[in-house]
Amino acid sequence: MKSIKNISRRSFVKSIGLASGGLILACNTSVFSDKEKAPENLINFNPNLFVQLNSDGSVILIASRSEMGNGVRTSLPSVIADEMEADWSKITIQQAVGDKKYGDQNTDGSRSIRYLYEPMRKMGAIAKAMLIAAAAQKWEVPTSECSAENHFIIHTSGKKVGFGDLVEIAKTLEVPSDEKLTYKNSKDFKYIGKHLKGVDVKEYSNGSAIFGLDKRLPNIKFVAIARCPVTFGTVKSFDKTRALKVAGVLDVIEIPRIEKPFGALGGVAVIATNTWAAFKGKEALKIDWDFGDNKVYDSEKYMNQITKNVHKPGKAGKDIGNINKAFKNATKTIESTFQLPHLAHAPMEVPNAVAWVQGATCEVWAPTQDPQSARKEVMDYLATTEDNVTINVTFLGGGFGRKSKPDYVVEAVMVSKAINAPVQVVWTREDDIKHGYFHTVSAQYLKASLDKNGKVTGWLHRFALPSIVSTFQPGVDFAAGFEISSAANVPFDIENLKVEVGQAPAHVRIGWLRSVINIPHGFSINVFADELAYAANKDPLEFRLNLIGNDRIEDTNDPIKYDTARLKNVLKIAAKNADWGKQLPEGHAYGLAVHYSFYSYVASVVEVSMKNNKVKVHNVYTVIDCGTVVNKDTVTAQMEGAAIFGMQLAYYGKITAKDGAIEQNNYNDYKMIRMNEIPKVHVEIVESAEKPTGVGEPGVPVIAPAIVNAIFKITGKRYYNLPLSDYDLI
Amino acid sequence: MISLQINGEKHSIDVAPKMPLLWAIRDIVGLTGTKYGCGIGVCGSCKVLLDNSPVQSCMIPVSAAEGKNITTIEGTSKNLQLLQNSWEALNVPQCGFCQPGQLIAATALLDKNENPTDEDIDEAMIGNICRCGTYQRIRKAIHRTVELKKQS
Repeated sequence: MKSIKNISRRSFVKSIGLASGGLILACNTSVFSDKEKAPENLINFNPNLFVQLNSDGSVILIASRSEMGNGVRTSLPSVIADEMEADWSKITIQQAVGDKKYGDQNTDGSRSIRYLYEPMRKMGAIAKAMLIAAAAQKWEVPTSECSAENHFIIHTSGKKVGFGDLVEIAKTLEVPSDEKLTYKNSKDFKYIGKHLKGVDVKEYSNGSAIFGLDKRLPNIKFVAIARCPVTFGTVKSFDKTRALKVAGVLDVIEIPRIEKPFGALGGVAVIATNTWAAFKGKEALKIDWDFGDNKVYDSEKYMNQITKNVHKPGKAGKDIGNINKAFKNATKTIESTFQLPHLAHAPMEVPNAVAWVQGATCEVWAPTQDPQSARKEVMDYLATTEDNVTINVTFLGGGFGRKSKPDYVVEAVMVSKAINAPVQVVWTREDDIKHGYFHTVSAQYLKASLDKNGKVTGWLHRFALPSIVSTFQPGVDFAAGFEISSAANVPFDIENLKVEVGQAPAHVRIGWLRSVINIPHGFSINVFADELAYAANKDPLEFRLNLIGNDRIEDTNDPIKYDTARLKNVLKIAAKNADWGKQLPEGHAYGLAVHYSFYSYVASVVEVSMKNNKVKVHNVYTVIDCGTVVNKDTVTAQMEGAAIFGMQLAYYGKITAKDGAIEQNNYNDYKMIRMNEIPKVHVEIVESAEKPTGVGEPGVPVIAPAIVNAIFKITGKRYYNLPLSDYDLI
Repeated sequence: MISLQINGEKHSIDVAPKMPLLWAIRDIVGLTGTKYGCGIGVCGSCKVLLDNSPVQSCMIPVSAAEGKNITTIEGTSKNLQLLQNSWEALNVPQCGFCQPGQLIAATALLDKNENPTDEDIDEAMIGNICRCGTYQRIRKAIHRTVELKKQS
């Protein structure tokens, strides 16, 4: 059985030096926790927090980020191994607990490789330098005569010594300073940029991988929590009589709301000997709720309101040139309004956590994207110090942003403390659909002017959506800067451009979901640009390339440059791979979309058919330029998955609220894409030596607009609102 | 007491007869490879073989499984093992959570159909959701398994 092993917070750091990423480089202690046993009879060498070399030659590498299908337990350690010249077959991966010493562990924002590629190379380079120095000392030769290759140090004379045999000497050496480190030339990479099999694929396939839901402790109690149907509503009173009669139910307690962004929602917790009893007990509760202010939330009326708000001037987010003048002088103006609903993350593994509070200490096992954030919440709740809280990271059965919000961890800690026992809090699928941190709901209004040649002279983008910031600062009712940027940075060569935001108060917890604000903006911008192409009587591909215009670096006020040449390049390759312009079967058409997000460039051309007014997607040609690639297989898999994720939100994604309560329940009415609906997804990765950028999210935003654009080509009808199932097209 | 035969092993458990087989397997017997995904029989994460037929164990009362042979992802069957090899070879899983259910559904398919078409695969796998979207690789891995069987 494989559970992710975790390193102890108590690892004693002897000498520390901070790397650029805030990583503590040097220590001399086992990567094993106090409770675990290091391999017996082995001496080990720990050149830094991420590497342990044992005297038998085995190597343990640390994964500091969470594994949720992103392949990070393979990719990050493979960077260390490559630079260290370690033999991949001698490596086991160990999962880090939540601890600041590992630097930022928040597995979110498609940034694990972007943030950690260089630091991980450095971890490998340090180990390599120390092993070379150890061999030089052993042989009494200059280090310049020694090199590392595939788990050996080799001398120019030809003699060699295995890594494991250098442990005793290496562990006595000083950690070298940065300027003494040497790095491999990229042409010599053995793992980086190649197709590497996932390190956990066997355990996933034989059922032995331990997800949060699979964690067990002796005498563990299972807990289900009834939460108010309306966000932030509270318990007035409850009757637990019937719940206590359910066989296996042990106790019923009230837990209060913790008024913090990641605090527990509060409710009534049913404690039982098994999960099913906890679920049945929860169903048997009678609770009188005080629904609170959000009872007014009716998502249909709300959509009408925010749509009104984008049909009048809003707060300026960007204003270049003179948009009014452009509209006045136009040969033609086009305007469209877009409406997109809330979405739920719905990862296959529901939110859950195991917690055990024992006196002043607490240990947690949870599928969390952000163990440091979980640690902070637990520490705050228990009013204790970091040292007393251990957050073990299990495998995550999907995350998509949901599991970077550790409210479910806090719940488990609250119940464990209250009943003085180890507990596992398990959300039902219904809880997950109804009580998440929803992707925002949005109304957008776009207007553009064309001159007599069909050139776009003015572009107005006005949108209203409840901000993620509202979750952190209640009352915020306008989009924040980061939610404006993907509209403001539209990469079009247009003289007059204005972005405005309208008012949109939040009535549910708003959170980030895979691709975040790029979902609404990528949709409206790509659909509207396609609409303009037809208004100008141009081919959408040619029109779009012209709209992007000349090769240039966009002024995005960001250290990472937005290069329009790379943007056009992915679009051109996608079009080439699809053979854009070719004669397709009757009733079939291509649609395209291109979008820059998480610093990566992605284009998709999709082939769609309409038969009996039903949509089918046959092929998706996706091209990504994400700079340097660590694992090609992972990037390919992420693009394949992103196509399905994008199709889901295009086809079915819609969360609605009535009287403040979410109306959807489960996968029966919040539907997912299934095997019979899938297209063939063809992925090309642009070869690049640029710095690595995002992979997990940027494949999503292009899919829905490309589908809508293809449907227009076939039917002449443009769908501005999602999901398409609302129009009986699925 | 209810007696269950899981992966060839007998387990006598003291649970309510109405308890879904899923929870008996996970919480009482302690085999956690079978997953909870929806609890209403629409996602396939909890699939097991009941006398060689794929069932959603969240919908079957434990009493209905008494006297039958239950195979979970931890169990052995020739097609299951071959499929697992293909899953590994093609790097099918992303988060991995739904894959036990996918593999059980695929095993049931190959047990009754030696040479499934894409349509057969659609039909056999339609009850299994993968939120990561690994369907394309699942399909390829099933085809690969069939091809390797033909060659051997």
